[in-house]
Amino acid sequence: MKKIQLLTGLFTALLCALVFHIDAQNPKGKYGTFALTNATIETITKGTILNGTVIISNGKIISVGTNVTVPSGAEVIDCKGLFIYPGMIDGGTNLGLSEIGSDPRTQDFNEVGDVVPQMKALTAVNPNAVAIPITRVSGVTTVLTSPSGDLFSGTAALINLHGYTPEQMFAGFEGVVLSFPATGRKGFFDRRTDEEIKKASEVGLKKLNEVWERAVQYHKIDSATQGKNSGYYPEMQVLLPVVRGERVLLIEANASKDIQAALKWVKEKKIGKPVLTGAAEGWRVADEIAKMKIPVITGGVLELPTRDYDRYDQAYANPALLKKAGVKIAIRSSETNNQNYRNLPYHAGFAVAYGMDKTEALRAITIVPAEIFGVADKLGSIEIGKSATLFICDGDPFETKTQIKNVFIEGWQMPMSSRQTLLYDEFLKREPGVSKK
Amino acid sequence: MKKIFLIFVCTLCSVWVLGQDKGSMLIKNGTVLTVTKGTLASTDVLVKDGKIVQIGKNIAAPVGVKTIDASGLYVMPGIIDAHSHIAIDGINEASSPVTAEVFEGDVINPLQLSIYRALGGGVTAVHAMHGSANAIGGQCETLKLRYGTFDNDAMKMEGAPRTIKFALGENPTRVHGGGNNIVPRTRMGVEFVIRQAFAQAKKYSEDGDTYTKNKTVKDFRGAPPVYNLRLETLAEILKGNIIVHCHSYRADEIFMMLSVCKDFGIKRIVFQHVNEGFKVAPELAAYGAMASVFSDWWAYKFEVYYSTSYNAAILTKNGVTTSINSDDSEMMRHLYHEAAKTQKYGGLTDEEALSLITINPAKQLGIDARTGSLEVGKDADIAIFKNHPLSVYTVPQFTIVDGIVRFDRANDPADMRLLPDPKQNMDEVYFSEKGRDHCMDGTEFLFNLSAEAGAKADHSLSTDKK
Repeated sequence: MKKIQLLTGLFTALLCALVFHIDAQNPKGKYGTFALTNATIETITKGTILNGTVIISNGKIISVGTNVTVPSGAEVIDCKGLFIYPGMIDGGTNLGLSEIGSDPRTQDFNEVGDVVPQMKALTAVNPNAVAIPITRVSGVTTVLTSPSGDLFSGTAALINLHGYTPEQMFAGFEGVVLSFPATGRKGFFDRRTDEEIKKASEVGLKKLNEVWERAVQYHKIDSATQGKNSGYYPEMQVLLPVVRGERVLLIEANASKDIQAALKWVKEKKIGKPVLTGAAEGWRVADEIAKMKIPVITGGVLELPTRDYDRYDQAYANPALLKKAGVKIAIRSSETNNQNYRNLPYHAGFAVAYGMDKTEALRAITIVPAEIFGVADKLGSIEIGKSATLFICDGDPFETKTQIKNVFIEGWQMPMSSRQTLLYDEFLKREPGVSKK
Repeated sequence: MKKIFLIFVCTLCSVWVLGQDKGSMLIKNGTVLTVTKGTLASTDVLVKDGKIVQIGKNIAAPVGVKTIDASGLYVMPGIIDAHSHIAIDGINEASSPVTAEVFEGDVINPLQLSIYRALGGGVTAVHAMHGSANAIGGQCETLKLRYGTFDNDAMKMEGAPRTIKFALGENPTRVHGGGNNIVPRTRMGVEFVIRQAFAQAKKYSEDGDTYTKNKTVKDFRGAPPVYNLRLETLAEILKGNIIVHCHSYRADEIFMMLSVCKDFGIKRIVFQHVNEGFKVAPELAAYGAMASVFSDWWAYKFEVYYSTSYNAAILTKNGVTTSINSDDSEMMRHLYHEAAKTQKYGGLTDEEALSLITINPAKQLGIDARTGSLEVGKDADIAIFKNHPLSVYTVPQFTIVDGIVRFDRANDPADMRLLPDPKQNMDEVYFSEKGRDHCMDGTEFLFNLSAEAGAKADHSLSTDKK
């Protein structure tokens, strides 16, 4: 009798475990020691390793190479026929700050005011945004999430796409965002006269200069008083490290005239750590950008030409032309309205199709953004001591049909599911079909 | 003076010729992706007077026929975009929930640069659609991208079936219930508006029939119904002479529309966008309804929040004739890439993926007897690529419409405007979301959102354009 009871108990327990397992719709990340063996490793910085092994432990890459001993207790993932790449970095998104494009209640990237650099993206990032798993299962592991708006709209943050608090996601970089005042017409719908446009751009630039002057003054007072008597000016406190050249200023400019005006402004104000973002017409003034040695985060690449008389493929060719001129460039996707940052490798792929060197395009979404954000000691390549933030795939990651098999973020093995894959699982063969019986 | 006149006449003639003429050529030695009849290595395609007349090996070029050397290149049917708003000067007649009487065919603009840019992406035909502001919108026009013509009518694909735009969900309810304060404000209202319109059309049609049948009968005193273009058009839908293309997103509204079609005996329906089509794929397949979707667009508005990029694959594997469209003048330039995404999301074969942008949209527009595959007897609408068109590294090289090269990557000049505006500001710069010819163009005024204000607000306000 007791035996039967025991058996029933066991059976019930098993059933419970099974049901529990089915109920667990969102599988969790897994931390531990992993050995990724027999892989083609694209290190980015140190060439390609054939038939190599990567060991992940305590969140870090602890060995890379062909002559690597697998530690006992390590979970072995056989990567025969597969490739390992460092996680891709999208240098311009609003991931976690926006959920649904047309719904203002889900948008947290544009605060009231045009001098609000103290608005920190990291405050409002939703670690549980649906788009986060959707992005990371495609191998994009790290993104710059950024406020946007007029002039100084806030402080952007680099985040890894795994974690349950902004702190856990933070990837070690914050930069102040500046939308450089537009000097030209915004498009066919912009019916202002040339004079009005000129005036508006002067007003914008004047305002920017006034703000900057105040920031410089604030710096002087702060320096003179050793920070004891500078008063409560939250926006100035954030601009202070920018004035001192300690913090990156991300300057968004796209039209060639705006880029030129921004370059001039950077020179005049002696901005210490400028980064140009957008640069849709960068190719027009590529030599000028290269001369100033300002790094550029350009994109999206999948865009229309900016002018009617430009060649049809000008936007696709922009990264290649910038690179050719000697500009240090990273590529971003900019697919904010659709939250389709997972398309980052295709933006890089199109840049290759239209002239960019493939290795350079790969660098433009890995090590180059890591360098621009000052986190190249942790991200952007497969090297010993770096964060184990990488992915395993079955082919060239730029190729559309390539499957991402595994993603690791800071040593955590990510579940390879997202709401979109769960819907596929449920609806590929829907039950019931047309008839309920 | 005579000279000037002669030049004028010559120019006119050449313009006319560009618009109407059909070309002949021999495409030599390419990898031919027929879509319907397999892939043929090192094969030639002979085109005569705008039609494919022979596909085979070692075809000799007839005298005077020029040759395109396609060695190392991929030759496929011209891409067809079943949902576009290019080449038309009006998108939304947002003045009533039902506007079946308006025609996109009346507002064709052959000068739009988006036409050339689409050719640059291997597109040869588009479905130029009315927008999605109304439950029953206007009639659409199937166009061939005969860029170079100045003749509006020369853009039309002669003989293509009539089509009409319907729209469910957020757009018509926002525009009319929200903007105009009239029915529909809900998805219930949308169903009512459509059923009411069909009921009226049915009555109109029956009244007409009654009159025609009895007018010669002695002592018959009835009168024909007062001519009404809106009801005439709707009656043609009921008779099966117009294909319904229905903008829709959510599974419930798709199912509702299927019920309406069933009740009114409408068989030819294509659901557009249909992001949640995968949820009712068995129902769509059982009805024979078709679906034209995005590869991966989602999150731009609430009704696409529960989308999946596996939509096209689920629909295809459930037996629904599916296409991938752009509804966007940028995305339409790389529909081949969008089709390739179904290989990432759902593992479709090359043939299945290519069908999504060729033969399937052709079926949805009712032009599959003439386009959508490379077969003898079909129109010579052909796209030639360097690298396989499903590879991210592919680059369209030539796009051919009716046997005439309309896009030639190596030889076209940078500036391809047909009619540059001498007054255009040289610094006129357009960025991303603007001017991409979307579904909701022309309705901004209803949301107190002028184009200028919309541009200024940029990211902060509604960026929903679909």
